[in-house]
Amino acid sequence: MASNGTAPGSKLVKWIDHRLPIFTFMRHETHEYPTPRNLSYWWNFGSLAGIVLVIMIATGLVLAMQYAPHKDLAFDSVERIMRDVNGGWLLRYIHMNGASFFFIVVYIHIFRGLYYGSYKPPREILWLLGVLILLLMMGTAFMGYVLPWGQMSLWGATVITNLFSAIPLVGESIVEWLWGGFSVDNPTLNRFFVFHFLLPFVIVAVVFLHLWALHRFGSNNPLGIDAKGPQDKIPFHPYYTVKDAFGLGVFLIVFAAVVSFAPNFMGHPDNYIPANPLVTPPHIVPEWYFLPFYAMLRAVDFDIAIPFTGIVIIEAKLGGVLVMFGSIALLALLPWLDRSPVRSGRFRPVFKWFFWVFALDCVILGYCGSQPAEGGWIVAAQIATLWYFLHFLAILPLLSILERPKPLPASIGEPVLKGGGTLAGAAAKPMEKA
Amino acid sequence: MSKALQGGGQPVEEQGGTRRDFLYLTAGAMGAIGTAAVVWPFIDSLNPAQDAVALASVEVDLSPVEVNQAITVMWRGKPIFIRHRDRAEIEAAEAADNDSMPDPEPDRQRIVQPPPNTPVAAATPDSDFLVVVGVCTHLGCIPLGQKPGQPRGDYGGWFCPCHGSHYDTSGRIRKGPAPKNLAVPPYNYLEEKQILIG
Amino acid sequence: MRALSPLRGLLMAAGLSALATGAFTTGALAAEQPGLEHYPSLDWHFEGIFGTYERASLQRGFQVYNEVCAACHGLDLLAYRNLEAIGFSPEEVKAIAAGHRVEDGPDDAGDMFERPATPADRFRSPFANAKQAAAANGGAAPPDLSLVAKRTEYGPDYTYALLTGYEETPPYAWSQENSLLPGQYFNKYRGAISMAPPLTEDLIEYSDGTGATVHQMAYDVSNFLMWAAEPHMEERKQTGIKAILFLLVFTVILYAVKRKIWAKLH
Repeated sequence: MASNGTAPGSKLVKWIDHRLPIFTFMRHETHEYPTPRNLSYWWNFGSLAGIVLVIMIATGLVLAMQYAPHKDLAFDSVERIMRDVNGGWLLRYIHMNGASFFFIVVYIHIFRGLYYGSYKPPREILWLLGVLILLLMMGTAFMGYVLPWGQMSLWGATVITNLFSAIPLVGESIVEWLWGGFSVDNPTLNRFFVFHFLLPFVIVAVVFLHLWALHRFGSNNPLGIDAKGPQDKIPFHPYYTVKDAFGLGVFLIVFAAVVSFAPNFMGHPDNYIPANPLVTPPHIVPEWYFLPFYAMLRAVDFDIAIPFTGIVIIEAKLGGVLVMFGSIALLALLPWLDRSPVRSGRFRPVFKWFFWVFALDCVILGYCGSQPAEGGWIVAAQIATLWYFLHFLAILPLLSILERPKPLPASIGEPVLKGGGTLAGAAAKPMEKA
Repeated sequence: MSKALQGGGQPVEEQGGTRRDFLYLTAGAMGAIGTAAVVWPFIDSLNPAQDAVALASVEVDLSPVEVNQAITVMWRGKPIFIRHRDRAEIEAAEAADNDSMPDPEPDRQRIVQPPPNTPVAAATPDSDFLVVVGVCTHLGCIPLGQKPGQPRGDYGGWFCPCHGSHYDTSGRIRKGPAPKNLAVPPYNYLEEKQILIG
Repeated sequence: MRALSPLRGLLMAAGLSALATGAFTTGALAAEQPGLEHYPSLDWHFEGIFGTYERASLQRGFQVYNEVCAACHGLDLLAYRNLEAIGFSPEEVKAIAAGHRVEDGPDDAGDMFERPATPADRFRSPFANAKQAAAANGGAAPPDLSLVAKRTEYGPDYTYALLTGYEETPPYAWSQENSLLPGQYFNKYRGAISMAPPLTEDLIEYSDGTGATVHQMAYDVSNFLMWAAEPHMEERKQTGIKAILFLLVFTVILYAVKRKIWAKLH
């Protein structure tokens, strides 16, 4: 707005802009920023994630002013926020559910990228930065969940930090170092609070790099083809600002409904019991957004040994940890595993099916993660984990070679002109074939 | 979507223009209202919380405070000096009433009396309770003079050791850098020897 | 909305998995022992998006807590002043508070002393600490009730079930695999439980004259404990309704603006 040359105050704006061209920069990167004209609503989730990040930081900031990071005070200080601080219940429920919604939005954002090949050249670094953001989010969310110091906080922290004990030789020392003691205790709570406060700002920094990389080549689009000329692009403002605003409205309705009517739906009731180091909850589960990874962690219930010798190379515990971190590492390697030159799944008839199987596989993993680690659930998780790795390591590389993609349209604008219809028609057209 | 544009002519454009402006204005106004409504809980969360508000008024039982004794109670994080003054102290304070003080204020105006219909008011004419906030009005130090043996300054009230402010038996500033008298907190009598501060 | 394209299924899948995990992570605890019954599901007045607490029931529930439960169970997160929210007048709250003595101090001699509670004080705990509570109750410390309505998936149905589920003799199926230890009682929803049946018909006399049946007392105190766990629930729901109505209108307008702006493209 400020960059509007005719606006009052433009003299001041020009004066500043001459010395620090921030208005020119803003105008260039948001107003004029040329964007493919055919982005569907699936492209809303990037900006939405940014807004949820802002909501989380804003609520987190005021909550931190009332929270006491001490094991004797933490639980009560959260309850004091819920009861005595003006509007504290609202801020806390927004923050608590905001974490879940952040992951919903980001997971959709990731799956959109997976379907439309947004990780392919020249956007590999953009994708890698996204994976880094996901990792940072996971760390932040995990440590944030510890802060209320309820039963799930304590025991979730205990289980997850104990993962590091799987590291050969130095594992035990590392775990004690993480704890700052011999169990998850006050020093652990203190450092988790510090990192939970710090990491979101690191995320902000990486988000800016993510945006920078995005603006280098601009957004991918549902057709997955590069823009052939200016007729394929429109300025970001006002077209996508208003579309994002509308999407934000829809999101906020859903978010407000959950915060207002079912704020504890996605939480775990055990976390309303103060942490007790003497009693373990019967069934420890992480928050829902970690369940697929948790399932993969528990799927490895066997040692890996050299055949016929009985020499164990990788113990089950370490195997589970490697598989869990490997599942995210595969995401980072994706641009080099899927070498198909066609980006959009819309023109990849076989890939499309495997995409949906993969999505289903993730849901199955999540469900397995929510169930007790026994019997059929372990087997199901093992099969689903195997499929997850096969998808990345075998199916995608093979499809790159074997699949025959459908013919690509000549340009983004072409279907519009040919169809004579609306923009939405352009987006819908190839789908009818699907 | 495209139907409205089929005409393509100028008049259509203009008609659409006013309706469009109205839409934009409404959207902008609602955005502003919504943002303000969202910002408010953040600001309000920094106001004193309900547990702090609940302690914003305290009841004090004055009955165990003998004449010439002083007690200190905490109110809103600050000390409240309550002194049971004797006749001599009251007279000294009243005799000093005059406009040349740094912050002129008659002693009677600094005392909340028990309601006149309670028998106490008449029964104890020789003493009264002085209730002041025990924070020096200069730079916020706590004056001395509450405990026996502490210096009470040149005027028999309180003495602030930080920068040498002297307060009299009515808690009024008489000498030193403090600009104002010790503040009288809002209080009233619930019963004959029971006050509610705040 | 035509543009909501091929990934629609994914969104639904994500939503469904969230629903499923939410529903199932907390499940599987009820009725694991054979012969036990599932927790009952009562119709509570506060349920639903327009639900509110019944003030009369909350006040009766407080009476039940105060006269029965408070002998063993704390309500540490509540202060007497909070009772004004369920319809007690400031004078009544002051009188209720003054009926309890709380520890204060140290005094000038360095000793702790007891004084009558004020509205600003937290509810008095029946025991000094968890160890004392356990020692006085045969090893099983009576839990604090401040959040009892939120710390199981059953909400207030949980306390209602506990209070009404006592039976003299366990069913055969249950006794096959389980047994009662000395000092334990049988509850048809929970199995063995260390708490003696706390409610009997007409155990207390309600100040509003309501008949004090076991059902009524269990219902009232469960209501009260739900309020104790979630005192801002009414405000939360009403705020939500207003926010959502506003957002609905706003979003429709944004959609209209979006269409107007995008119409320029053709």
